[in-house]
Amino acid sequence: MTIFGVALLAICTLAGVLLGDLLGAALHVKSNVGGVGLAMALLIAARIWLDRTGKLSGGVKLGVEFWGSLYIPIVVAMAAQQNVIGAISGGPIVVIAAVATALLCLASVALLGRLGGGRRGLPSANEDHAERTLSGDPS
Amino acid sequence: MEKIFTHLFVENGLVAAFAMVGVVMWFSYVLSKRLTFGRIHGSAIAIVIGLALAYVGGRLTGGQKGLADLPLFAGIGLMGGGMLRDFAIVATAFEVNVKEAKKAGGIGAIALLLGTVIPFVVGALVARAFGYTDAVSMATIGAGATTYIVGPVTGAALGASSPVMALSIATGVFKAVLVMVGTPFVARFIGLDNPRTAMIFGGLMGTVSGVTGGLAATDPKLVPYGALTATFHSGLGCLLAPSVLYLALRAIVGG
Repeated sequence: MTIFGVALLAICTLAGVLLGDLLGAALHVKSNVGGVGLAMALLIAARIWLDRTGKLSGGVKLGVEFWGSLYIPIVVAMAAQQNVIGAISGGPIVVIAAVATALLCLASVALLGRLGGGRRGLPSANEDHAERTLSGDPS
Repeated sequence: MEKIFTHLFVENGLVAAFAMVGVVMWFSYVLSKRLTFGRIHGSAIAIVIGLALAYVGGRLTGGQKGLADLPLFAGIGLMGGGMLRDFAIVATAFEVNVKEAKKAGGIGAIALLLGTVIPFVVGALVARAFGYTDAVSMATIGAGATTYIVGPVTGAALGASSPVMALSIATGVFKAVLVMVGTPFVARFIGLDNPRTAMIFGGLMGTVSGVTGGLAATDPKLVPYGALTATFHSGLGCLLAPSVLYLALRAIVGG
């Protein structure tokens, strides 16, 4: 059933955010530490388990992948509520700090990306399916 | 008539948001195909339109939540707010190739650490160049360059002044916007075309919104890998910036 997939996603999200909050409290940090990442790890584990026990039904997949395929539109809605005026009105110090940071970090991405391992493409057979789902056009 | 229309949109906020974002997406994909012949991804155009609408919303209301501050578009606030955003990001994990994610775990952690330290140092240096010579202000602006969440958390913990806090938040937001818009253009030059680099990218660039927005506009299948590391970014920043990094900075510049 589709709702099982949606519920699985919801339970993983709630559990992950809760773990992130607890981790934040344990570290005395006024923020959630990695809640979304922990939730993603839970969902990945759940998928592997369902797959192994033969319980990964079409409905469950639909329930989760529907939300994954709505990801980009949600990002667009997120962009529409950024404090763009605030970001621009900070003046040159804001622009210089942000641009310098972004450039240095991008350069580091290029450097780290080439360190060890080198560049590889996606080898997975699911690549096409993943691409279609996440670009909002599931097959 | 106008009243009925407003009522309809306010009562059905989220549903109205789906309709509006759908129209923006359709328009963006048409522009992408007709005007740029697919060279600029439709989602990148949609995100830029979203930011432009946020600017208009901010101008009209003077608020901080862009278009979502207009009652008519409150549904956009729900659709793009933290709850549904995180829900959809977690869902993308369903498409993750576990082997790839595991292989990049170690280097992802290194990227996370660098992604906190580099912005902090750069932000603090720029702050100093603009005359903010005390350690608290430098640390707060440096923290803001990490992410717009780390900035105010650090500022509050260290007791920074309100204008410095505002600059710190603005720096973080500007960086997030820059990453959202700029990533598709630099992707080729930094080798951002595989899960490993996407995880490094997520760790280094910070903010979930900037990283996932930028990756969505570049190559949607890389989104979950970037999100996997980016999500730890604010937590790590809030941990390190007001403590170790601030103390180190104070030891160097004094007071």
